[in-house]
Amino acid sequence: MAAVPGSDPASTGGLLGWIDQRFPLTKLWREQVSEYYAPKNFNFWYYFGVLSLVVLVNQLVTGIFLTMSYKPSAAEAFSSVEYIMRDLDWGWLIRYMHSTGASAFFIVVYLHMFRALLYGSARKPRELLWIFGCLIFLLLMAEAFMGYVLPWGNMSFWGAQVIVSLFGSLPVIGGGLVEWIRGDYVIADPTLNRFFALHVAALPLALIFLVIAHLMALHEVGSNNPDGIEIKKLKGPDGHPLDGIPFHPYYTVKDLAGIVAFLIIFCAIIFFAPTFGGLFLESPNFEPANPLQTPPLIAPVWYFTPFYAMLRAVPSFAGTQVWGVLVMGGAIVVLFFVPWLDRSPVKSIRYKGPIYKIALAIFAVSFVILGVCGLKHPSGIYPLLARICTTLYFAFFLLMPWYTKLDSVKPVPTRVT
Amino acid sequence: MSEQVDHGRRRLLTIATVGTGAVGLAFAAAPFLASWEPSARAMALGAPVDVDASKLEAGQMLKVIWRGQPVYVLRRSPAVVAQLGGHDALLADPNSDGSQQPEYIKASGAARARNPDYWIGLAVCTHLGCSPLGAFEPNNASQIAGVDLGATWPGGFYCPCHGSRYDISGRVFKGQPAPRNLTVPSYTISADAKVVIGVDDVAKSA
Repeated sequence: MAAVPGSDPASTGGLLGWIDQRFPLTKLWREQVSEYYAPKNFNFWYYFGVLSLVVLVNQLVTGIFLTMSYKPSAAEAFSSVEYIMRDLDWGWLIRYMHSTGASAFFIVVYLHMFRALLYGSARKPRELLWIFGCLIFLLLMAEAFMGYVLPWGNMSFWGAQVIVSLFGSLPVIGGGLVEWIRGDYVIADPTLNRFFALHVAALPLALIFLVIAHLMALHEVGSNNPDGIEIKKLKGPDGHPLDGIPFHPYYTVKDLAGIVAFLIIFCAIIFFAPTFGGLFLESPNFEPANPLQTPPLIAPVWYFTPFYAMLRAVPSFAGTQVWGVLVMGGAIVVLFFVPWLDRSPVKSIRYKGPIYKIALAIFAVSFVILGVCGLKHPSGIYPLLARICTTLYFAFFLLMPWYTKLDSVKPVPTRVT
Repeated sequence: MSEQVDHGRRRLLTIATVGTGAVGLAFAAAPFLASWEPSARAMALGAPVDVDASKLEAGQMLKVIWRGQPVYVLRRSPAVVAQLGGHDALLADPNSDGSQQPEYIKASGAARARNPDYWIGLAVCTHLGCSPLGAFEPNNASQIAGVDLGATWPGGFYCPCHGSRYDISGRVFKGQPAPRNLTVPSYTISADAKVVIGVDDVAKSA
């Protein structure tokens, strides 16, 4: 890599110079922040990357403090959470920050992913960047699921029962696999204890590693932008992209304003609606786990309901219900292939034709309807609706190679607009 | 030291070292993976369970825990027992061919019981493991979880999670999310309705 101007350690003096001779502090700062050139035309959608980082930090900090008072055993877990809520000074705030943070994480990540579909951010040369992101999403789902089991409320218990049973539908290995995951013949103390270990140690470590890989890949290829133009193609005499501005101070300041707006909403939910009407914290989970009493309606937390609706939409066939599991898994797996499914000559929706715009709108609406279906009793209109929307969800991805090719495109400008 | 480096030898030794290390790593992983299996304590808690069903009236049901799983012990009236085979055409697996139960249960046909007056089975829906609720009154009499089971309902079990329906022998109806009939565990039942769940034969287990 070409030497970054001013990266010569001799150019810094004093304490910083002493550090720079031993650790590339100034070099890292310049390469990653003060001389990382990002396109100058970022819009509203570009807040959600930095916001997911903010929420990650929130989850790590509040999570560490929750582990100091939480007891990961079937006998004590529920009461230790009640202890945090009632007796521990400010425990309610720390827990609500963590539980609201979980929902906020999925809100910003879903919007962040939608941004990528809008502006073709997954396309070459950002395929690996997108794949790291999909892996983060996958780990995040595992992390959220295991975290939801920890309070050991009745919905924790039965949610775990349903999700772990999914593995039992796999042929041959299913039964043994489920027993291995649970460490017992049912969801029990060993299950809770190992989920705790994974939730607080193994998965966060893997998440942090992947987030670093995601950012390294981003800074290697450079950010996409709402026009889907590679700003690195046009560089000024100073070697910096003509349409780029340094991340610091321009975007650090812009992001700070976005973070303030986000925190206002975030705090309003924590203080005034922490359960968010049963969506963020479900009411059956305010009762302790009871293996003899299934809640009348098992619904996962809202961020899983689109996928849960797909699971339920598929009927059992040939004596096994593995198909629903495969469809649900496929809904995640198909995301990984997006960079290669989009065959349009342009990246951004701004220069794509009406077909992609309609397809993306139908996809977004289907995803939301699936989310609603997953919250409702599987009766009446909902099973049919879930089947239609599951089909549309997959059609958006699987037909993409054809309709993006057929679609008309507008000429792409050489400079960002 | 020789200037000549034998690259072939060096590569072979590197591959052999890495290969041996990988095998060692696989062996070292085994204890960690095995630590996730049910422990000796969990297995000890899986011992058989005694249930005295002699005090049940017809239509009454006991729920007991065996291996941490809920098990139903239901007493059926002679009238219910007489009608058991009447709706086989509506069932997905009337003969329990694709379902889990001991051989002697499968051989008992529509009753799925060692003694037709008592039905014993896991209260674990074969779809995703919820506990089906008892809805034993036939026809429009059973209102459960806000769902009307309809005029043709013969009485049985209804799973509130995803709406699977079973008859009173735990046999699943056609077109339900659940793929199989409710599982029946091994058990023995004496003439005075003393049930032991978890063994096929009292004499052998003693």
